Amino acid sequence: MAGKFSQRELLIVGLLAFIGLVLLPCLNAFVPAGNPLHVSTFALSVYGKYLTYAVLALGVNLLWGYTGILSLGQCLFFSLGGYALGMYLMLQIGKLGQYQKEIPDFMVFLEYEAKYPATGGLPAHWIPFRNFGFAALMMIVVPAVVAYGFGFLAFRSRIKGVYFSILSQALTYAASLMFFRNDFTFGGNNGLTDFKFILGHDINSPVTKRTLYICSGLLLLGVYVFCRWITSTRFGMIQRAIRDSENRVLFSGYATANFKLFVFVAAAIIAGLGGALFVPQVGIINPSEMSPEKSLEAIVWVAVGGRGNLLGPIIGAIGINSLKSYATHAFAEQWPYVLGLLFIFVTLFMPKGVVGLPAQFREIWRRFKNRNQTADLPKAVIAPTAEAEKPLQPTGKE
Amino acid sequence: MKLLLFLCPLLLAVASVSSRAADATAKFRATLVEAILSEDVDKQVELVNQLVDAEDELIARGLTAWRASELYVHSPASGAKAPFLLDVQPGVVGDSKGIRLFDGTPVLDPTGKPLTFNASSLTPVDNSSKLRKAIKTALDLFAIGNRDPHLRRDAVTKLGQARIAEYVPFFERRMKIETDKEVIRSLGEAVALTRATDADPKVRLGAISQLGELRSINSIDFLRELDTECKLNPAKYGEDTGRLVHSVVLQLENYIRWGTLVGTAFRGVSLSAVLLVAALGLAITFGLMGVINMAHGEVMAVGAYTAYAVQCLFGNGLLFSIFGYQVSLKGAGFSGGFFDVYFLVALVASFVTAALVGLGLERGIIRFLYKRPLESLLATWGVSLVLQQLFRHTFGAANVQVDAPGFLQGSLVVSDIAFAYNRIFIIGFAVFIVFGAWLLLTKTSLGLQIRAVMQNRAMASCLGVRTDRVNMMTFALGSGLAGVAGACMSQIANVGPSLGQSYIVDCFMIVVLGGVGNLVGTVSASAGVGVTNQVLEPWLGAVLGKITVLVAIILFLQWRPSGLFVTRSRSLDG
Repeated sequence: MAGKFSQRELLIVGLLAFIGLVLLPCLNAFVPAGNPLHVSTFALSVYGKYLTYAVLALGVNLLWGYTGILSLGQCLFFSLGGYALGMYLMLQIGKLGQYQKEIPDFMVFLEYEAKYPATGGLPAHWIPFRNFGFAALMMIVVPAVVAYGFGFLAFRSRIKGVYFSILSQALTYAASLMFFRNDFTFGGNNGLTDFKFILGHDINSPVTKRTLYICSGLLLLGVYVFCRWITSTRFGMIQRAIRDSENRVLFSGYATANFKLFVFVAAAIIAGLGGALFVPQVGIINPSEMSPEKSLEAIVWVAVGGRGNLLGPIIGAIGINSLKSYATHAFAEQWPYVLGLLFIFVTLFMPKGVVGLPAQFREIWRRFKNRNQTADLPKAVIAPTAEAEKPLQPTGKE
Repeated sequence: MKLLLFLCPLLLAVASVSSRAADATAKFRATLVEAILSEDVDKQVELVNQLVDAEDELIARGLTAWRASELYVHSPASGAKAPFLLDVQPGVVGDSKGIRLFDGTPVLDPTGKPLTFNASSLTPVDNSSKLRKAIKTALDLFAIGNRDPHLRRDAVTKLGQARIAEYVPFFERRMKIETDKEVIRSLGEAVALTRATDADPKVRLGAISQLGELRSINSIDFLRELDTECKLNPAKYGEDTGRLVHSVVLQLENYIRWGTLVGTAFRGVSLSAVLLVAALGLAITFGLMGVINMAHGEVMAVGAYTAYAVQCLFGNGLLFSIFGYQVSLKGAGFSGGFFDVYFLVALVASFVTAALVGLGLERGIIRFLYKRPLESLLATWGVSLVLQQLFRHTFGAANVQVDAPGFLQGSLVVSDIAFAYNRIFIIGFAVFIVFGAWLLLTKTSLGLQIRAVMQNRAMASCLGVRTDRVNMMTFALGSGLAGVAGACMSQIANVGPSLGQSYIVDCFMIVVLGGVGNLVGTVSASAGVGVTNQVLEPWLGAVLGKITVLVAIILFLQWRPSGLFVTRSRSLDG
């Protein structure tokens, strides 16, 4: 499975990239609004949001699908990236806010002018975010540093499996509580919103929206290529070996903690970049984005699409979110049932997700034929599908 | 005429010998009537002052009306003058009936029909400013004659804080006839507080040292002010007073510090008990079985909603909807002691319901995922989504009201520290279920089988333990405990669809912190987390305290990755 781009994959990815990156923006820009082929700017920015979710899903997949680390903290990194760019965007509003002051509205509202008089109300750590370059650096550095700190501690003391999941959940929970506080200087409950400009351009103009969409598409493509490359190297092989039996890898002389730490930080950076592009397109970032439930939702996308596979998470993220947008209009009340039952169903019956379905059907077909041929074989051979799909691996208790 | 009026109380006293209370009330009413009809202001004031001890609503209404110039006198052609007030019903315009202050009966015309009046056509009874002041004092002090000792005490405390010298004689008079110890203490406190700045140094010193002896927390603010004043202006009250005030302030502060300490400790222990009750079920399903049940919180909510349903069935009936169909169940309509029994029934019912839900969960989903723990986390999260929405559809998105049974309301007050009964109950309950779980796990054959299966499934199976059945029972047990925890929570937290979400992170952290697979760890972890939380809260606030605890747990696990108590095993991932 690890190898160079196969011709078929090149074809699929190239086609999708062409549709996403060239065709849709062109339909938006050059086809007039009345035409049935026209893609509205609103739709395009919704698709852009899905693409950033797909980036997040690829990060989750790199962690969970390829390394077997189920982190419930990916949304924290996503939000941290979002906050980093959000801070820059807040400072770009300038005097156009409701209070018509140099500092963001919530700082006026919370009386920061009296609290930080030396800087005219702006807390010191906000000042460098006037510079886009710094903000762009921070949306990589902050998630990376947090992930490094947490991952270093956790992997060093060999916290793994469900314990790691629970700890990362606690980290995310603690962080969201922190960001909900008004005196944490990040807008508290309301978060950062009402953005006006990005790099001097009106953030709501069709051109900016289209550019942001294309950036999201390029980011997704870039992350895809990165994941494809890393999983096809020797590093990727060790990654999968860690997933299947960490102890064996450890006893073969590999410092598994370092490998895992690298993947964890890489996934955090991917999530942070996704979050940074998410914020200008959605127009708001608040602490509810970093709740543990959001991370679990991202995991649903990956599980439904198919993990341990690079197209699956993208399909899952875009598919489930389209479904969600549709469902919250058509049957909002029933949506949690659909999501919950879908999740249970996928976990129980589709361990490889949508992408794995063809193989699963082939398997069932093969069994069916076998059964017809050898009806009197002992039962043990005809094991349930889920068992047969499982890779051969030791139980862990060695 | 006047003679007749003077005879009134006498006559009445003779007439109503049946009950002493009615007798006293009638006497007070007569006094009021006399005061109203009297023309001498000094006499009026004196008579009004006598009314302080009357425990009568009509007198209170009469005095209020008098002060507000809404009291009138009916002078029939024959018979005595009768003061009355208008019985104005809210929202009714026009004439109202008159109520005689004498006995509360309506004012009648000679034929025996009730008369109606309009306020604008009547002349109210006069009241001078001196009289109004007296009435206000009487009304203020009226509350200290209340029948309920708690209200009486609150009133005395409030009046004492006002430190009005005119009240003192009333306090002292009340003290002689008062029977409730707490009220006597409050009266003493009020008197001492008022006299603490008395002109006579002897009285002053006596009062201040009495405040110290009474450990009067209510007077600390006043004493602090007095202390500052004495320091700034030593000549005003003299050095002796200054020194005494300072020592009393120190004494009281020390007392308060101890009280706060004990209070914090109690709150810490009770929070620990809450966490323990909530986490115990998880300690069994996650700790012993290794199943990550993200729907644990929702199973708790199942228990809480069961408690709600049982309460409604004992009370006025239950209304809920299933798949869009409204279902209405008739309640038994109990009240008082019978109603209070509901809580005990609810505890049992919530155990059973939650255990059944757990059973279904295990049979339907979890048993397929024993070898894939990460995936059991995901599937049960799906379950929790479904259950939450189910609660919303069945019982509504808003929180439901679960009333505390009578025996859990209020609190036990020991030397100014309040111990709420529901908290005490939860502490006791936590001890009870931990003991129960311990007995079950160590002294019964089911417990033995559970431990055997958890230690080595294959070996237990070889020796004839039906591991499948044991798994099922264990999971049902853990879920049942979660259900009971939910019923318990209904007494201290809001019961709503998101009840479970607010506890799930804490529960997991406690089980991990305590060390997976043993109850001692869970108990000590919840004790540690609960007490730390309460100790940090005054300094850092609730949210920051919680964050600190979470971060502390994450860091602690770096030092001891398997928690406080490690279950030793030779397996690599144990």
